Amino acid sequence: MSNTAEFPLLSLILFTPLVGAIVLLFVRRQSTDMIRWIANVVAGIGFFVSLPLWFWYEPRGTQWQFIERLPWIPSIGADYFLGVDGFSALLVLLTTMMGSIAILSSWTAITERVKEYYVFLLLLQTGMIGAFVALDSLLFFLFWEVMLVPMYFLIGIWGSDRRLYSAIKFFLFTLVGSVVMLLGILAIYFEHQAVTGVYSFDITRFHELSLPVDLQWWVFLALFLGFAVKVPMFPFHTWLPDAHTDAPTAGSVILAAVLLKMGTYGFIRFSLPILPEATVEFVPMIISLSIIGIIYGALVALAQRDWKRLVAYSSVSHMGLVMLGMFALTPVGITGSLIQQFNHGISTGALFLIVGIVYERRHTREISEYGGLSKVMPVYAVIFLIMTLSSIGLPTLNGFIGEILILQGVFVVNKMWAAVAASGIVLGAAYMLWLYQRTMFGNVDNPKNESLPDLNMREVATFVPLLVLAVWIGLYPAPFLRRLESSVTHVMSRVNSVYAPRNVEVGVSGLLMRGQ
Amino acid sequence: MKVIWLIPLLPGIGAAVTGLVGIRFFSKAQTALVACGSMTLAAFLSIYAFIQLLALPSEARVYDVVVASWIPAMPLETAGGMGAFAVDWAFRLDPLSGMMILVVSGIGLLIHVYSTSYMHGESAAGYARFFCYLNLFCFFMLTLVLGANLLVMFVGWEGVGLCSYLLIGFWYHKQSATDAGKKAFLVNRIGDWGFVLGIFLVFFTFGTIDFHEVMVSAAAMPIEATEFGVISLICLLLFVGATGKSAQIPLHIWLPDAMEGPTPVSALIHAATMVTAGVYMVCRNAVLFTHAPMVMTIVAIIGALTALMAASIGLLQTDIKRVLAYSTVSQLGYMFMATGVGAFGAAAFHLMTHAFFKALLFLGSGSVIHAMDDEQDMRRMGGLKMYMPVTFVTMLVGTLAIAGIPPFAGFFSKDEILFQTFLHNRALWVVAVVTAGMTAFYMFRLMAMTFYGEYRGPAWEDAADHGGAERPGIDTENEVDRSRGHGAWHGPHESPPPVTGPLMVLAVGAIVAGFVGIPAALGGGNAIEHFLEPSFTAGVGPAVGEASEVVAIESAAIHSNSHATELGLMVLSILVALGGVALAHRLYLKRPELAEAWRARWTGVHRLLLNKYYVDELYHGTVVRGTMSGGRGLWRFDGRVVDGAVNGSSWLTIVASWCSGLFDRYVVDGAVNLVGWSASESSFSLRRIQTGLIQNYALIMLFGVFVFVSMYLLIS
Repeated sequence: MSNTAEFPLLSLILFTPLVGAIVLLFVRRQSTDMIRWIANVVAGIGFFVSLPLWFWYEPRGTQWQFIERLPWIPSIGADYFLGVDGFSALLVLLTTMMGSIAILSSWTAITERVKEYYVFLLLLQTGMIGAFVALDSLLFFLFWEVMLVPMYFLIGIWGSDRRLYSAIKFFLFTLVGSVVMLLGILAIYFEHQAVTGVYSFDITRFHELSLPVDLQWWVFLALFLGFAVKVPMFPFHTWLPDAHTDAPTAGSVILAAVLLKMGTYGFIRFSLPILPEATVEFVPMIISLSIIGIIYGALVALAQRDWKRLVAYSSVSHMGLVMLGMFALTPVGITGSLIQQFNHGISTGALFLIVGIVYERRHTREISEYGGLSKVMPVYAVIFLIMTLSSIGLPTLNGFIGEILILQGVFVVNKMWAAVAASGIVLGAAYMLWLYQRTMFGNVDNPKNESLPDLNMREVATFVPLLVLAVWIGLYPAPFLRRLESSVTHVMSRVNSVYAPRNVEVGVSGLLMRGQ
Repeated sequence: MKVIWLIPLLPGIGAAVTGLVGIRFFSKAQTALVACGSMTLAAFLSIYAFIQLLALPSEARVYDVVVASWIPAMPLETAGGMGAFAVDWAFRLDPLSGMMILVVSGIGLLIHVYSTSYMHGESAAGYARFFCYLNLFCFFMLTLVLGANLLVMFVGWEGVGLCSYLLIGFWYHKQSATDAGKKAFLVNRIGDWGFVLGIFLVFFTFGTIDFHEVMVSAAAMPIEATEFGVISLICLLLFVGATGKSAQIPLHIWLPDAMEGPTPVSALIHAATMVTAGVYMVCRNAVLFTHAPMVMTIVAIIGALTALMAASIGLLQTDIKRVLAYSTVSQLGYMFMATGVGAFGAAAFHLMTHAFFKALLFLGSGSVIHAMDDEQDMRRMGGLKMYMPVTFVTMLVGTLAIAGIPPFAGFFSKDEILFQTFLHNRALWVVAVVTAGMTAFYMFRLMAMTFYGEYRGPAWEDAADHGGAERPGIDTENEVDRSRGHGAWHGPHESPPPVTGPLMVLAVGAIVAGFVGIPAALGGGNAIEHFLEPSFTAGVGPAVGEASEVVAIESAAIHSNSHATELGLMVLSILVALGGVALAHRLYLKRPELAEAWRARWTGVHRLLLNKYYVDELYHGTVVRGTMSGGRGLWRFDGRVVDGAVNGSSWLTIVASWCSGLFDRYVVDGAVNLVGWSASESSFSLRRIQTGLIQNYALIMLFGVFVFVSMYLLIS
């Protein structure tokens, strides 16, 4: 804990959007352009102030950096305790970047209740950043719940079609999960008190606990429910297609790019290091659900007629891969899982932006309404192609790095898992290329599409950082992977303490498929 | 040669420039200059690198260059304990990749030049887009051949697949073109599934994915002659990848459809270079494959079957490019058969000569197609010899080369394969010889229908049905509907110099390329195979496996003892080829009615071949429809069962809350109201006794006292 920051960088990152939201409250609601400018500038500043997380973070330094700690509710041992490791630093950067992109993308899409819209988006931003930087589990839970409300309103007010149904579904799913999750956290909290005699919500202290195995089992289940809903894992995924489809574009982007990472982040931050024995015990169940998710999501995506819903189901498939890599419990698999979360944020975020752009022009998401768009929107077609390729894991783009690490990490544990999961990648190419063909290729059959304007400069600007990152991670992922190293090592050291005997077995059994 | 990474990078830069700047701002001339310029530089650099390589002593011909770390090292367990997973951007120039960069950059350059004329009908933006893709292809193909480890090779492997997808679907307004592109990509992806798993297993087994280190480790392992071990599994998985990329059974179906792309693309990607990547990959891992004899047998059988099947389909095709496409599949089968019998050098040799003559044939067919105003059906050609002499002569050279007539290039490489196969397995050899005969037949059939006989072109267009009916093999279903340009067209004509130039250069190549591999039996030194040999063994160093040495010694012994056999086989294969030529001559020039009669007699076979053995239909009926209906079924499942459970539970909640609402209203509230009601009701009835008259009250009081006292008395 020596690496306490002299400068409260994390607080600055955390509260910039909140301050922006408060400022917005004092702006006249009629001056919509002013509101838009303020929101964009605030989001831009938010991204800018988070950049030191990239430049000042020491990959070889201590595990937790930029630490800030103040007493919050001393009577129960809850602190205002912030800090990041390499993984959460990347997620914060992803959040601030996707947040500014989402806000920039909404300029013309949102015309009603503009002020409230941006206030909610900025609030959401603070909630998400807070969940990633909190090292106090009560604080984490607070931010976790804070995210829920703005998202609920974003879907419910600015959404389309069945927005109320989707918003309530999203809210209830997450709420049920998070209530059970809170029980899990409280169980750890009291157990921690029983062992050490200190009341504390400090996550880093939790990481040093070794809970009794039967308690771990229950706590794991409780946390699993909270996190699995967020990921979402099969069969808790059905809120996702609805929420995605009906959310406004910016909502879908944030939801896909950042909110889904809350679940996987939770597994990495809580389940794996705090409950290593239970983790190992639950590997077969989680791997099975992940593999089902990969294949299931891809197959269902293949059957979609709604562009946005297709991308949403592809998310189910991709997040299955992320979970698979994580629960391979090998350094390579976990590294792949972490980098793939970042990648998924980039490529799926971009894919939702891409749907949003034609939705704003045509107000329909039916794939059959489109066709031949590459003739009328060539720049759009190029960007869509690159993001499609990133999503299907073409080498030299980011998705490949994650996929290959995950699958290699899984392969050394169990060859069948890797073989089945890899077949999901064939399906991934199928639904994405078919989507691309149906929307972009062919003749412009629908007269409504004949005069669609290509991307304007603002829209291009939303994609530029994503394209740069996709190529960068694809060609030279080392700076990212180095930042993840300490996180992976930490998780592995916790898991290995109970997992090591199995690793030896892998060496001996050689080629034999090692089922569980 | 520390700059071999520049060889792929140059066309990569060309692609970036034409793609980012060219599509918007370049004229066609500027685009052509950038694209061809970058390829010229790459070709010169390749030649320079190759000369540098030749200057080294034959055992030490290798340059290794690590440009940067790609995936930094991470601990990962392997079969032999804890290892480290790390991948570098590493390139390696050795004899095999040296030969390949010459082929890719050389033929690539020629096809770039050819395309400057061929694609001239496109808009400036389309022109730039085409050359961007073409340059990008060369970038990935050169990366593929120069990659020093499996993952860098895989980058190129997937990259060329992408370019193939983009170029097949270059005319993206055509549904058939984009369908074909998608099919190519997806079928390749199925192969890649095997390839990726193969890579994983290589790492798991050897703790590295560097080709050389894998070779050295594998050479030290026992040959898996009787049991199907790890190396066999690796080879099988890698071969699955190769069948995808190189269009072998059962993944051969995409290549003929790929002919939807512009013809230069068919020449470069779907004939000369990309489709040979599978053969190259098997050769690259020769040591692994020699340790897995069972897989070698599979490879040889698949190769031979593919060669035979594709050649038999090629017999009846009427689309000039489709004939060549099936011919490519067939020739690739030849190459795999060669690798399967351990003749990696012969496979690579044939790969090289095939690149020349097949690129030549495709470019020639493109010249014909352009001359005929985008007609591809050979039934509407004929007699073009006099209109386009250069195209005719160069294509004739290519045809002689592929048919295996000495001294053209194909003769030497094909004969080497036949000879090696003969030593290994007579049955395969018979298949190969039959295929060779078919090849000669369908190629001369192509020449006959295109260049000889009467002209049947668009001047007869109105009477096409009548004119066509005389020809054998007509099938209207097979005709491709194509949009033709309506510009002024003055009949078939010879193509301009940018087209004929590359044709002539390639024709020279198709004549002389074989001379580097003249076998010892004909007094040559078989230079190419000796040159390539180090790439197929674990190379210098102490760890050279006994196995490969034994193989080398054995094959040397066979070589020296069987010159007579070899010569005999050569004569036989020449006779078979000439037989094929004679048959084509007889059926398509002298007695067309004979073909008609044969067709009538063998209707079943005819239909089977015309429909390509119904493999496409089979796959469509099983895999494609199965997957699609699976997807739809799961979607219904998702809506009804999974989401049904969610909505059901919310419905249950609503019902429960409604019930509790009822309970609340009628039971709880009812109880409350009952109390209130009974209070008010009772008070209502009790009100009557509240009369306000003192007398009444006194009376009631008295009555009460009376009752009270009587009870008291009674009880006590």
